[in-house]
Amino acid sequence: MTSALGKYRICDFTGQLAGAGATKWLAAFGAEVIRIEDPTRQGRWDILRGNPPFKDERTGIDLGGAFNNHNTDKLGITLNLKTEKGKDILRQLIRVSDAVTENFAAGVLERWGFGYDDMRRIREDIIYVSNCGFGFTGPYSAFKTWGPIVQAMSGLTHTSALPCQQPAGWGYSYMDHTGGYYMAMAILAALYHRERTGEGQWVDLACTDAALTLNGPALLDWTVNGRGLAGADQVHSNRSQFQPMAPHGIYPCAGEDHWIAIACRNDDDWRRLAALIDQPWTAAFVNLDARLAGQDALDEHLGRWTAAQDKFALQSQLRALPIAAAAVQKPQERIDQDVTTADFGLWPEVQHTAIGAVRVDGQPVHFSQTDWQTTRGGPCLSEHTQDVLTRLLGMTSKDVAGLYEEGVL
Amino acid sequence: MSVLDGIKVIELANERSAFAGKLLADMGADVLLVEPPGGDASRNYPPFYKDEVDPDRSLYFWHYNTSKRGAVLDLENDADRAQLQSLLDDADVLIESEPTTRLAVLGLDYPQTSERNPRLIHVAITPYGRNEPLSDLPSTDLTLMAAGGPVWNCGYDDHALPPVRGWGNQAYHTGCHFAVMSVFTALLARLESGRGQFVDVSITAALNVTTEAGSYNWLVNQTTVQRQTGRHAAIVPTGETQMRCADGRWVNTGVPPRFPQEFAKLLAWLNTLQLDFPEKVFIEMGANWEGNFNLSLIGSDDTVTAIFMAGRQGLATIAESVSAQAFFEGCQRAGLAVGVINSPEEAFEDPHFVAHGMQVPVEHDDLPEPVVYPGPPFSLPKAPWRISGPAPRLKRT
Repeated sequence: MTSALGKYRICDFTGQLAGAGATKWLAAFGAEVIRIEDPTRQGRWDILRGNPPFKDERTGIDLGGAFNNHNTDKLGITLNLKTEKGKDILRQLIRVSDAVTENFAAGVLERWGFGYDDMRRIREDIIYVSNCGFGFTGPYSAFKTWGPIVQAMSGLTHTSALPCQQPAGWGYSYMDHTGGYYMAMAILAALYHRERTGEGQWVDLACTDAALTLNGPALLDWTVNGRGLAGADQVHSNRSQFQPMAPHGIYPCAGEDHWIAIACRNDDDWRRLAALIDQPWTAAFVNLDARLAGQDALDEHLGRWTAAQDKFALQSQLRALPIAAAAVQKPQERIDQDVTTADFGLWPEVQHTAIGAVRVDGQPVHFSQTDWQTTRGGPCLSEHTQDVLTRLLGMTSKDVAGLYEEGVL
Repeated sequence: MSVLDGIKVIELANERSAFAGKLLADMGADVLLVEPPGGDASRNYPPFYKDEVDPDRSLYFWHYNTSKRGAVLDLENDADRAQLQSLLDDADVLIESEPTTRLAVLGLDYPQTSERNPRLIHVAITPYGRNEPLSDLPSTDLTLMAAGGPVWNCGYDDHALPPVRGWGNQAYHTGCHFAVMSVFTALLARLESGRGQFVDVSITAALNVTTEAGSYNWLVNQTTVQRQTGRHAAIVPTGETQMRCADGRWVNTGVPPRFPQEFAKLLAWLNTLQLDFPEKVFIEMGANWEGNFNLSLIGSDDTVTAIFMAGRQGLATIAESVSAQAFFEGCQRAGLAVGVINSPEEAFEDPHFVAHGMQVPVEHDDLPEPVVYPGPPFSLPKAPWRISGPAPRLKRT
């Protein structure tokens, strides 16, 4: 099978998830992604390098499980950009790359002498994609973010809540993942534009902008009808926000911290569910208006009915009706026991030079002609420096050894 | 021109895939939304323009269908089906979320359409994948989020409360994000091969790989994260990060001060506000610390621990006396990544987002005033994002 992106080379400064997640997609589809890391800080500008989780309790800069997960199939080199020789090697790499990618705070690359105008002088059609929390312009451009801050600023934290509670927010960096997806789109779109026109460009992606667009109908309700979501107790995010549905929620099941999501989309769904429940209280909720008006009581009744049942047994019963229902799956349940993820090949095992064999997140898509392949773990620090500098820049092994000694690599 | 100018997309209307069509349409693709007679169900979803319940007045439908053209075709009808076939003969991309076998029965599945148009890129966005029977059962954004992993991670420290689904169709959005990445990837591959291909996007698979530590902790060492209020689900409980400010609004405090210069700025701010509390002395110690802290000593070394506890308390003390916005700006100036917990409309009206052009007026030819839509997630300066027009009106027969 040929690869979709095999002709492209990315000079990659990304780190964490918001950046590394973007270039992970490109690498899975065959692009040559060369991660550049700082030898003087042991690559620690990506805080995930050397951070938990660890396999077999072995710790160290090359053993971080999250770093490996986000950097599969990439090459890794070290370059000390405080040295003139390091900068010169970077110039040579940019000359043979299609795109430069980074998610530092605004202006970091420019301070090193590699702003967009500098890079364009090295290669006129270079594509530069930066992914920065607030972007390079605007009142907050000097401010810092990470996933939870992006989610807070953009409205995504506020809208994830139960009534009479503070915001629950997102229990992970949804916007590091999603910022990475938009960054991947931006890189691919810029490559496509260059293929059609020959032009390179700088895409100044602001992760908070991308996040703001993810509550569209609520924003139109504001701009058109003047209805907002500020103020206490207006959000119950387990209920249906747009299409009126009830019941629509997450209900307790038997055992410790087991739950099931149930949604009745219409009166027919409800009739089937009520027949299964077969209790007198259901008679009060025959039509949608009654179910919406009495949703608190309905949820209480339904929760009492679900509470004694095994979540997967109940899921099977409800799906047989059929009703939209799904157990709230714990990691073990969806990764090791759910045939739909296993059958999709979603958890490929990679070989990592230091960690050994370990499973990672795959891609949730399949292409009939040029599918993704994930086989190699994330790079150890400087693992591919010799390979890249000799193969791409024509250096000898002796040149490379000398550069290590000088502290350039 | 926009980046996808000249790319023809056929989209079979479905709420699960609508956002992918919108993203492509706003990037310049010519997207034809094909609806069944009577229109797509989401035309009946609230909210409505000035609460006028009408299939042409749903703000939900408006948002997800900007920049598209519309057609009504009954795929059970031979003539209409033939019309769709001829549209596909000339299309670059098909986006759909149909039941597993429906297109095959209609003679419109990939093996049949690609025979006539080998350049076609056919993207299926389904709950569990094109060939998985579960994709044909009823599901909603909520049930997909529960099955796919996000819900387990989100909620409150109090586990008697149910876990929480992140609001706003994010399951559908996540599937659509991967669909758009796939369209671009397949377009680039087509430049080389001259051929399109079939792309199978599973929404629950997309969610499964969008849960950060929830997945990789299990994959790496079989540990299970537990949900916590307003912060990352974790193996070992972490300190609270949300605080309520003097104006009643919430902030996320992110990571408290860790470096001497951060303690120094925090101290200066406390002094400006004339705020005093007994443990402030530890903030002074933090500000005057020589070199960097050994962060691994937090919890074991009494002095280091007291300094870090005092940093958090300093933030809490300031939060009690200033507005959320003032807290955010002050912390950021001190170098701390802190954020206001805005509602969507508070974010939309924030001067930073306004300066970024995130309020985009769009003319509707049957309305007296333009309607303001959210702007681009990103835009290519040489091929800008643009809403070329409002969602198509329902063709009535």
